[in-house]
Amino acid sequence: MKATNEDLGHAIVSLNNIKKSFNDIVAVNDVSVQIREGEFFSLLGPSGCGKTTLLRIIAGFESPETGDILINDKLVNSTPPNIRPTNMVFQNYAIFPHLNVQENVGYGLQNTKLTSKSIKNKVDEILDMVGLSGFNFRSSSALSGGQKQRVALARALILKPRVLLLDEPLSALDKNLREQMQFELRQLQKSIGITFILVTHDQTEALTMSDRIGVMFDGIVDQVATPEDIYTKPATKRVASFIGNMNFFRSNILSSTAESVRVESDLLGVLDIDKVNIFGGSKAKVSIGIRPEKFKFKKPNGDKKVKSLAGKLIQKTFLGENLLFSLDVGKKADKVYISLTPSGEGAYPKVGENVTVYYSLNDLLAYFEV
Amino acid sequence: MYKTNKLLKIFVIGFLIFLYAPALLLPIFSFNSSQVISFPLSGFSTKWFGQLLNEDTLHDALLNSLIIAVLSSALATMLGTLTARAASRYKFFGQKVTMGFILLPLILPEIILGVCLLTVLIQLGLNLSLWTVVLGHTLLILPFATLILLSAFNNLNISLEEASLDLGMNAWQTFYKIILPMVTPGLISSLLIGFVISLDEFIIAFFLTGVDPTLPVYIWSQLRFPAKLPSTMALGTILLIVSLILVSFFEYYRRRIEKYSQALTRGK
Repeated sequence: MKATNEDLGHAIVSLNNIKKSFNDIVAVNDVSVQIREGEFFSLLGPSGCGKTTLLRIIAGFESPETGDILINDKLVNSTPPNIRPTNMVFQNYAIFPHLNVQENVGYGLQNTKLTSKSIKNKVDEILDMVGLSGFNFRSSSALSGGQKQRVALARALILKPRVLLLDEPLSALDKNLREQMQFELRQLQKSIGITFILVTHDQTEALTMSDRIGVMFDGIVDQVATPEDIYTKPATKRVASFIGNMNFFRSNILSSTAESVRVESDLLGVLDIDKVNIFGGSKAKVSIGIRPEKFKFKKPNGDKKVKSLAGKLIQKTFLGENLLFSLDVGKKADKVYISLTPSGEGAYPKVGENVTVYYSLNDLLAYFEV
Repeated sequence: MYKTNKLLKIFVIGFLIFLYAPALLLPIFSFNSSQVISFPLSGFSTKWFGQLLNEDTLHDALLNSLIIAVLSSALATMLGTLTARAASRYKFFGQKVTMGFILLPLILPEIILGVCLLTVLIQLGLNLSLWTVVLGHTLLILPFATLILLSAFNNLNISLEEASLDLGMNAWQTFYKIILPMVTPGLISSLLIGFVISLDEFIIAFFLTGVDPTLPVYIWSQLRFPAKLPSTMALGTILLIVSLILVSFFEYYRRRIEKYSQALTRGK
């Protein structure tokens, strides 16, 4: 059961050209994703992008119109949920209200040949693991949201599934509890080694918890990559704007060489962009993207690829761990956002001042317009 | 809390007196020793209750009523369960119209329903009997049963069923481990309210019964004899108390349904 280093590459769940529509709406459109054994995989996307449908297809509550789904190398297209080696933590937890904690957690074991004593022992063990020792005879209506979440987790994990499916399990919790549960879930997943597939619309949740993330829009998986790659090398423009903030500048392509493409934008002027930073097909127009935190107020020394942009500061927003400045760079563009992490040294430009900001060519990403 | 308004208080008290004073007269006169139903009371007596013990036709009528009430409430609850399950889980063509027709007896005057049923049964060449009353009462109770069970089934979140399947149970196990216990309060309230409605019902029973009277039909027939009036009142007292007890149970189970639905949503 425990994932070892050797089988990290083995696909425990294999989705091949999965398509599913409801009436005329295509919820999942030709999705192919391989989920590795023992990894924490997140399906991230805005609401209505089809991520929950995809999870329900893996669980067996929906069946794909076309395409194959393999779990542990076995084709399970027509296998009902009660036979699949997957268990699910539902968004509303789905705790059985007429059963107490003990009965809820031990529910799936009733079907096995275990004696009631060994079921009791297993329930105790798993309750201890999720931090609910001694809650056995608590009525399910007397549980808080976080406790229900733990019961739902224990109830699914007690069956030792190959894959645990989590449908927005933290969305109903308040911020502090959510962050604590994120940490605990991650720890739990690492210690038991079961593959977790999490559905979420919260990018912070996906970025902090996952080994890999699949970003979905309109039924299509745009990118599957590690959190770092998703953030620093978003593969499509919509991934780039969905994850974090991104400034975009419309540009035209002037020429291209083997290593770089020369583009011209109204605001940034003529620039050479490395081919590794360019995503998508080959049209005449591109969008150049740059993250707000890549702009600097001070000119960095020694970097030959530094460019500058001048404008007037029109707004300063305090966001806790960082400051977001809005820069008006002229009539032809929307505002440019600049993000700074306060260092405590003070001396930031004031709103209304004319400033020059600096960025490196290496920090530019370019997306062909579709 | 709002400050209580004196006028509103008086209104409420007056309203309650108007509503319940007639019902209070039943127990008062049933324990009165005089045969004449009028004030002042002449003395305490339980003889009218004693008389009831010796009325064989009354016992037959009571038995008839009980048989009809049990059968029709059970039948309506079964049909109501199927209706409620279908209406809460599936979308189908003509759903709203079908539900409308099922609930129609709620607003149809009973006398019309009675006449219609009588006509149909006679046209079909069926003999009037206790069974025809059972059919009529089932039709009458079905809307109540459907509405109660619909709220029970609507509170049964589909993710509970999915969770049970996901945890390895098949459809039949899910039915008796999750669905059935969850809707049991609804089933019991439906049976109780159906039983009470059938027990009290007069018009349809009057039209559809053959030679065997039900309890309300028997009471109606007894009203022609002034000498039987005090014992009829004693019978009324018993029925009142039985109905109160049953309705209290009904209310208890109805609240259980609400508790289950709250348990699902609370703590988020």
